[in-house]
Amino acid sequence: MNKPLRRIAVACLVLFGLLFVNANYIQGVKAEELRNRPGNARILIQQYERHRGPILVDRRPVASSKETRDQLKYLRVYRNGGLYAPATGYYSLYGATGIERAENEVLNGTDARLFVRRVVDLITGKQPKGGAVELTLNDDAQRAAYEGLRESGKAGAVVALDPRTGAILAMASVPSYNPNPLASHNSKEIQRYYDRLEADPSKPMLNRALQNTYPPGSTFKVVTAAAALSSGGYKPSSQIPAPDSLPLPQSTHAIQNFGGSSCGGQTTLAQALQISCNTAFADLGMEVGEDALRAQAEKFGLDSQVEVPMQSAQSVFPSGMDQAQTALSAIGQYDVRITPLQAAMVAAGVANDGVVMKPYLVNEVKAPDLSTVERGQPEDYERAVSPEVAGQLTEMMKSVVAAGTGTSAQIPGVEVAGKTGTAQHAPGEPPHAWFTGFAPAGDPEVAVAVVVESGGNMGSEATGGQVAAPIAKAVMEAVMAT
Amino acid sequence: MSAVTDPVPAPRRRRGVELAMLVFAVLIAMAAYASVGLALDNVLPPRMLAYGLGLGALVTVAHIVVRRTAPYADPLLVPLITMLNGLGLVLIYRLDIAEAAAARQSGDPVPSPDATGQLLWTALGVAIFVGVLLLLRDHRTLQRYTYTAGAAGLVLLALPGLLPASISEVNGAKLWIRIGGFSIQPGEFAKLALMIFFAGYLVTKRDVLSLAGRRVLLIDLPRARDLGPVLVAWAVSLGILVFERDLGTSLLFFGIFVAMLYIATERTSWLLIGLGLFLSGAFLASRLFSHVQERLDIWLHPWAGDNPTNDAYQLVQGLYGLAQGGLLGTGLGQGRPEMVPFAKTDFIIATLGEELGLTGLVAVLLVYALVVERGLRAALAARDPFAKLLAAGLAFALALQVFIVVGGVTRLIPLTGLTTPFLSYGGSSLLANWALVALLLRVSDSVRRPAPQPIQDEGMTQVVSR
Repeated sequence: MNKPLRRIAVACLVLFGLLFVNANYIQGVKAEELRNRPGNARILIQQYERHRGPILVDRRPVASSKETRDQLKYLRVYRNGGLYAPATGYYSLYGATGIERAENEVLNGTDARLFVRRVVDLITGKQPKGGAVELTLNDDAQRAAYEGLRESGKAGAVVALDPRTGAILAMASVPSYNPNPLASHNSKEIQRYYDRLEADPSKPMLNRALQNTYPPGSTFKVVTAAAALSSGGYKPSSQIPAPDSLPLPQSTHAIQNFGGSSCGGQTTLAQALQISCNTAFADLGMEVGEDALRAQAEKFGLDSQVEVPMQSAQSVFPSGMDQAQTALSAIGQYDVRITPLQAAMVAAGVANDGVVMKPYLVNEVKAPDLSTVERGQPEDYERAVSPEVAGQLTEMMKSVVAAGTGTSAQIPGVEVAGKTGTAQHAPGEPPHAWFTGFAPAGDPEVAVAVVVESGGNMGSEATGGQVAAPIAKAVMEAVMAT
Repeated sequence: MSAVTDPVPAPRRRRGVELAMLVFAVLIAMAAYASVGLALDNVLPPRMLAYGLGLGALVTVAHIVVRRTAPYADPLLVPLITMLNGLGLVLIYRLDIAEAAAARQSGDPVPSPDATGQLLWTALGVAIFVGVLLLLRDHRTLQRYTYTAGAAGLVLLALPGLLPASISEVNGAKLWIRIGGFSIQPGEFAKLALMIFFAGYLVTKRDVLSLAGRRVLLIDLPRARDLGPVLVAWAVSLGILVFERDLGTSLLFFGIFVAMLYIATERTSWLLIGLGLFLSGAFLASRLFSHVQERLDIWLHPWAGDNPTNDAYQLVQGLYGLAQGGLLGTGLGQGRPEMVPFAKTDFIIATLGEELGLTGLVAVLLVYALVVERGLRAALAARDPFAKLLAAGLAFALALQVFIVVGGVTRLIPLTGLTTPFLSYGGSSLLANWALVALLLRVSDSVRRPAPQPIQDEGMTQVVSR
């Protein structure tokens, strides 16, 4: 009976061999695929098993993880959710946005920079703790921006930068949302709140500071003036035509000044900016030309997406325009679109002697024990204008606030440079109110851009200044106070 | 080698090796137990010493009895199953904790822990093991009870099917007898009784059954009238399938019979006939019985839905667990094995694979393979045909059961639901498998025991055997 017995032994070997091969297939070859299957609840549980690191503003957590008693071990909790939501984003069962997404690997502890510390965890078999992300936001400035926008009763956005480094000091978007219900462990609660936000026509989840583009209106005149001064053919004192009405070439339309006001027929470049004369800048735009305008706009960072690390929307300066379209673009109308972040970059570029710094939101990456792993390094983005031109523009923008359309941004004892804007965006709608500027003009600490959607009044250029400038003022004051 | 002066070297008993390996096996289990406690609470489990000493004391008793009653038996078998049993205890302890935590979270009543019960069952298992070795001094005694064993086996097998569902049905399969808070699976014991019966029956009938009938395609077919026994076995298997809805036992029972029939008769034709009967039976069953069809569907299309109400939920969760474990596992106490339904019984392999990884799973499979190999080795060396058949049957049964249950959980074959020997929670399985190993030891002892020495040098006629 030994012959069949040997064969049975071989059969047993084959059975075990099949089990070995199959176990290798399931746990080796297919494991990755199985782990990532959409229906696999383990992967989620595993993510929530880790103590996700906090997001800090001024060393205090605005997003942190709290231990729970339910199946998902840690709950993400946001302090003053709506205030910081445009920066933090949310971390939910269905995905993440904002810093929660952009810095996910640091926060969940898988980032290579945290590796050395993880080795210890690997040996002890502990779930690694996540690292912390300290934001560049200035808590007071952020609050000033958010509260100012909310008090306006309109939608809008504020971006404040440190012109010397590019650090984002404020990034507010109104209306905002509360990330807490989205971070809930109850999928029904998440879905209910998410659906409500999605259905809201005011788009509370849209980060207007970064992801929405607006016509810049008269704030763009700073770029046009920069192009003219950089061309070498103009000085702030250069006389330029400023008719009451400027007929547009190859068109039956004519450009008027706001409320049909007059700029006096002839004026200096500085004066034109101070009173925000449309006809003068439209004419100047045609003189300088589309190409020079675009080149200047691009040097300020338009037409590119910026990663802060969240990606901004792309600002647009159109190409292939005729003279009439160029004229309109020179005063920030036609198809010119700009994000509030890029509007702030223009002001910051002027403030920083002509050099635009790359904006960034992450000040520091910290290990779980809060020791510094990496600091945000200031980086040049591009030289937009020469120091001379920057100085000339600063002087011109100072006069806008001192005696022009931007007087609402005046701060006692501080020289403020700025530019107002009132941008038409849809027929019959009130225009967007803009203010961009920086302070102190002599040694800038903060550059800011404010847009209040439909916050202006078609009758007067100054309304943009009246609505947006006080918010900018409050933000700049908050930064300078700290 | 050292036997220059001794013409017939006395076979080494190697009981010292057994003891050393036993200590090792208990230490592995204790290390695993400590690992669970350290991972979950950062401290050594409070009852670690009591637990280790308990297991250690039990297997020490087993070892002493082996020393006394089966001194020449294979020294590896008891340490191997001790390791499996100890690891099973740890996994059940670990699942107790996880299930309690899950129940607290969802606000359900916390289920009573099973690890203590399993330790008690282990004690009973060792008692049966000791009982078999003490009472059964010669395996040939069993041959006398061939038909008694057969009848007992059939009754045990059929009993749950005949009893009302209120007593015998658990989760759709009727393979239990539940009296009071106590439940046993008679099928586990039927398996042993029937193997004794097969061995005894086939030894007497093997000459007849191996008579050649017609020769077709190079294969000698048996005579038609000798087909009786295999057809009966086939019918009984189908009966288990239909009346008890237990695919695993059905397959196991038929597989063991065919394998033993093949070994007894040395006729390949019996294998082919068995395979044919199995395939036709499987085909018929899948057509006629929804519960068989369902198992096939789950096997072929497990991803049809991942939701908790889906039939494939258990299999899919098990696969997720295995995948989560990957090569090295999450570590004991650090996975989520409680997410797999029936993790303590049918799906304990998924827990093992999740927390100890492919490495741990393969290691455990190798331990099973070693037990099987030692059993088959005893069968090969056995001199009398009954011992040969019995040992081969016992070893093959273990191999087939491991294949069916592990193959089912890892989606190699359709899931049928059998316990994983020595690992799964459940008294019947533990008791029956300890008895199974006791029988293997008994055969192994007889095989390796030195042949009785002739009393006189001249004339080899007079042989005294005990």
